[in-house]
Amino acid sequence: MALISKAERNIDRDEKVSPDKLHATQYIVVLLLAALASGMWRLQILGADSYRVLAEANRVRKEPVRAPRGKIFDREGRILVDNYPSVSCYLLREQVKDLNADIPMIARGLDLPVEQIQATMRRYASSPKYVSIPLKQDITQDEQAFIEAHRNELPELETFDEQRRLYPRDGFAAHLIGYVGELSAEDLNSSKYDFYQPGDVVGKSGVEEAYDEVLRGTDGSRDAIVDSHGKEVGQLGQQLAIPGKDLRLTIDLDIQRVAEQAMEGHNGALVAMDPHTGEILAMVSRPTYDPNQFSVRLTKDYWSQIVNDPDHPMMNKTIQAQLAPGSTFKIIMSLAGLQEGVAQSMRVMCNGGATFYGRFFACDQRHGMVDIDHAIPWSCDTFYYTLANKLGIDTIAKYATEVGLGQKTGIDLPDEAAGTMPSTAWKLKTQHDKWYAGETISVGIGQGAVQATPIQLARALSGIASGGVLKQPHVVFPDELPPDMASAIAESYQGSGDRVIPITPENWETITDAMAATLGPGGTGAAVHLEGIDFAGKTGTAEVVSHSAGAKSLGTGNERANAWFVGMAPRRNPDIVVAVLCEHGGWGATAAAPLAAQVINAFVTKQRKREGNLLRLTDASKPAASPAPNPNGVPTASVTPAAHPGAVNAPAVNQP
Amino acid sequence: MHRFSSFRDFDWMLMGLVSLMSILSVLEIKSATLHTKFRGFDHKQIGFLLVGLVLMYLISMIDYHRLVDVAPWAYAIGLLLLVAVRLVGTRVSGGKRWINLGGGVHFQPSEWVKLILIVVMAWFFWGLAGRRLSWIDIAKSFALIGVPMVLVLVQPDLGTALTYLPILVAGLFLGGIRFKQVVVLLLGFALLIGGAWMSGKRLKPYQMARLTSFMDPGSDPRGTGYQIRQSLIAVGSGGLWGKGTNQGTQTQGDFLPIPYTDFIFAAFCEEHGFVGGVGILLLYFLILMRLIENAQQASDVPGAFIVMGVVAVLLFQIVVNIGMVVGLMPVTGIPLPLMSYGGSSILFTFLALGIVMNVRMRRFVN
Repeated sequence: MALISKAERNIDRDEKVSPDKLHATQYIVVLLLAALASGMWRLQILGADSYRVLAEANRVRKEPVRAPRGKIFDREGRILVDNYPSVSCYLLREQVKDLNADIPMIARGLDLPVEQIQATMRRYASSPKYVSIPLKQDITQDEQAFIEAHRNELPELETFDEQRRLYPRDGFAAHLIGYVGELSAEDLNSSKYDFYQPGDVVGKSGVEEAYDEVLRGTDGSRDAIVDSHGKEVGQLGQQLAIPGKDLRLTIDLDIQRVAEQAMEGHNGALVAMDPHTGEILAMVSRPTYDPNQFSVRLTKDYWSQIVNDPDHPMMNKTIQAQLAPGSTFKIIMSLAGLQEGVAQSMRVMCNGGATFYGRFFACDQRHGMVDIDHAIPWSCDTFYYTLANKLGIDTIAKYATEVGLGQKTGIDLPDEAAGTMPSTAWKLKTQHDKWYAGETISVGIGQGAVQATPIQLARALSGIASGGVLKQPHVVFPDELPPDMASAIAESYQGSGDRVIPITPENWETITDAMAATLGPGGTGAAVHLEGIDFAGKTGTAEVVSHSAGAKSLGTGNERANAWFVGMAPRRNPDIVVAVLCEHGGWGATAAAPLAAQVINAFVTKQRKREGNLLRLTDASKPAASPAPNPNGVPTASVTPAAHPGAVNAPAVNQP
Repeated sequence: MHRFSSFRDFDWMLMGLVSLMSILSVLEIKSATLHTKFRGFDHKQIGFLLVGLVLMYLISMIDYHRLVDVAPWAYAIGLLLLVAVRLVGTRVSGGKRWINLGGGVHFQPSEWVKLILIVVMAWFFWGLAGRRLSWIDIAKSFALIGVPMVLVLVQPDLGTALTYLPILVAGLFLGGIRFKQVVVLLLGFALLIGGAWMSGKRLKPYQMARLTSFMDPGSDPRGTGYQIRQSLIAVGSGGLWGKGTNQGTQTQGDFLPIPYTDFIFAAFCEEHGFVGGVGILLLYFLILMRLIENAQQASDVPGAFIVMGVVAVLLFQIVVNIGMVVGLMPVTGIPLPLMSYGGSSILFTFLALGIVMNVRMRRFVN
């Protein structure tokens, strides 16, 4: 292989390479090295500062330190809502990487649909790059292992230990407690969430929402030094998180349990309250939902299932169901009638109904001669049609509004409904029409345009029974809150509040005795008579669909009447009031009253046990002072009526 | 001629400069691999350096004229080795560049072929004996260098293949190529590139991206754009004095990719700043100047050609590597001589310097 013939080679061994050329290469070397040096100059001298910033940005990552949310307890310190540790997976976006290429792998490893990841990334597209995106909460151990195993290929995945809300099972007290969820983009637009960040978890309903500021605490942050794999190699500084404050509710877990059990299988609401203070002892709405489903990412199916359920499981019916109160309204009518001095002397002949303004209004029975003392226990419609006609709508409205109908009560829960109390002014304003006298008639028995919520009725009726002392219902003890918080709550939840309305002592006695008689022989609620308890109340059966025939009818299915009952014990200055609504339950006495009775029974039993224990303790030195035993050997139901309104009783009944 | 002339003739100054660079290299490699799974590479580098020294000594004992005489045979063997790599080479990350000799020893023929080509080039142009280069001569020289280049290119190893080019350039330049011929060649080259671009063949996509991403690191943020970006950040944030030994946050934090080979200069600049970087450039400058001086004092044409071949390759590698690190050139995976970790690079460099030493020591012999 001779590229060059042997003759051509070895020609001149003495020849040298041109020295000029060698000299030239020296210059070339200098030039090239100088060019390199200038490149270095540009970076290290001119650009040093900006590159230093970039170097820092590479390696410092701000991590939020989530504040644990406050726990929620019942009035006796028993835990209702707690937090549990769960691991979540977040996506970091500070890395200089094309994240989109990794989505299929991430989707497989975390068992998430690709579209969901993409949608999440789009949602956060406009927020700054150091904000990490939550991909999946409550990940399983397998998913955790996947993330760890792929640290090199997927440094953008990071796990966080978080505390997650644990709510009672099966929707226990779900409407009262509420649930937490992530702020959506729409939420952030409203001024309510001005100081919040995307991804923040806030209360979305119930106590969680109303007291979110108290419960949430303040998140801290941590500056972590990371290497290019996102692995933490050091820490720069941190700001501690301030944990949220625990909250004690006015709820009594024992009473709530009984209430939940009682309402099982019914649609509607039950609310129990202490009328002396307005503290809510139990709150149940049916149907219910499971707020634990909201703790982790809600599945679309569950959400649409709930949202489209015609029975409205998400609605807190104790404060949001606005329905015709039916005969429970007659107590308010009685107040109006007596205070106006009209009802005392009224005697009405009930022959199954009466005609007013050319229309027949039916009563479900022929009661014969009825006065005020019997109108309540017999619930005679004819009496009240007549009374309504005599008073006129505006007088009725005056008294009804005084006891809180047509306004919110001001309970410290979000989205309370105000109900409706018709009047001439109301009709003019809302329907631009005048009120016809004939419309007043049905209002007299709690039908027609009047609408009330269970909490309104509970407050109104127990307030009347307390001699006109009405209290604002609430679920949290206001003096346990920081003062600025307490005033903020008071401002946000305004309503009829605390109030005293005038009732003469005689009228007070008349009404309360009549309510007690309702649950005695001959009364509509005789069947729920509770032995040894001064149990009083009013049944209500509100028609859902009016029947043109003029005859009263219960109806069937969704046209069946709503069953109401408001009960309290004892009859005057009650210690507890329970309002029950059974949607489409039929008769108030058969459907609603027994449920309230269960709750009242449980309450009184517990009360006595406690008092009994106390008595035993305090009277240990003295001989036991027992009242004179009843000659029949059967304990009576009566109690010495309180001397003045608003007084707190001794236990509802004295134990022999 | 079996003994070198005198102990004095051993180029102690060059050795001194080279040793200084080697020490800096080991220290920097140590720093760059401190927190990584490659810890201990600095010890390996020391090993390579020692072997390199021995080989350098050995090759300087052989009269370089002998090497030139056997150049054609060496060339044939070189081609065979390159073909062997294609057939029996071990596949590593998408390429076949090594032959596994067992016992953890890998052999990279393309680096040895570089050495062979320098001698072959010297042999070829010397044979032309100073006459004007004809187009046929130019074509032959292209073929001589081109064939092994293509064989390396398809391994694929674009970086190493490119390092054969300076050998050709040095040969043509010193061999007396005329300006007109240069212009024609450049035009032809441009046409070739244009044609290749149109057909979309030749370079694999990642190679293409590598070549263009230095102009816009953002366009390939995951691959080479990322590497360049990190390199710029590392170098730039070093500032005037650097962050201190073992304190380079980008290097230590594993942000700088392959900091012990391709980007060793970036790691060094982060830790020792502009001052340190210019210091390295100064060392290279002195070494290259020393080599050119050897070429000037070489006793004959082949000697000078060999030395300039070495100069060309070293200069090319320095410029391309450091240029890449500071964002002036695309990422090509070419190691920095005497600084980058890597047995093949070290051995080539020391052997090349050994031959230069060889030429120097025989400059008074004719």
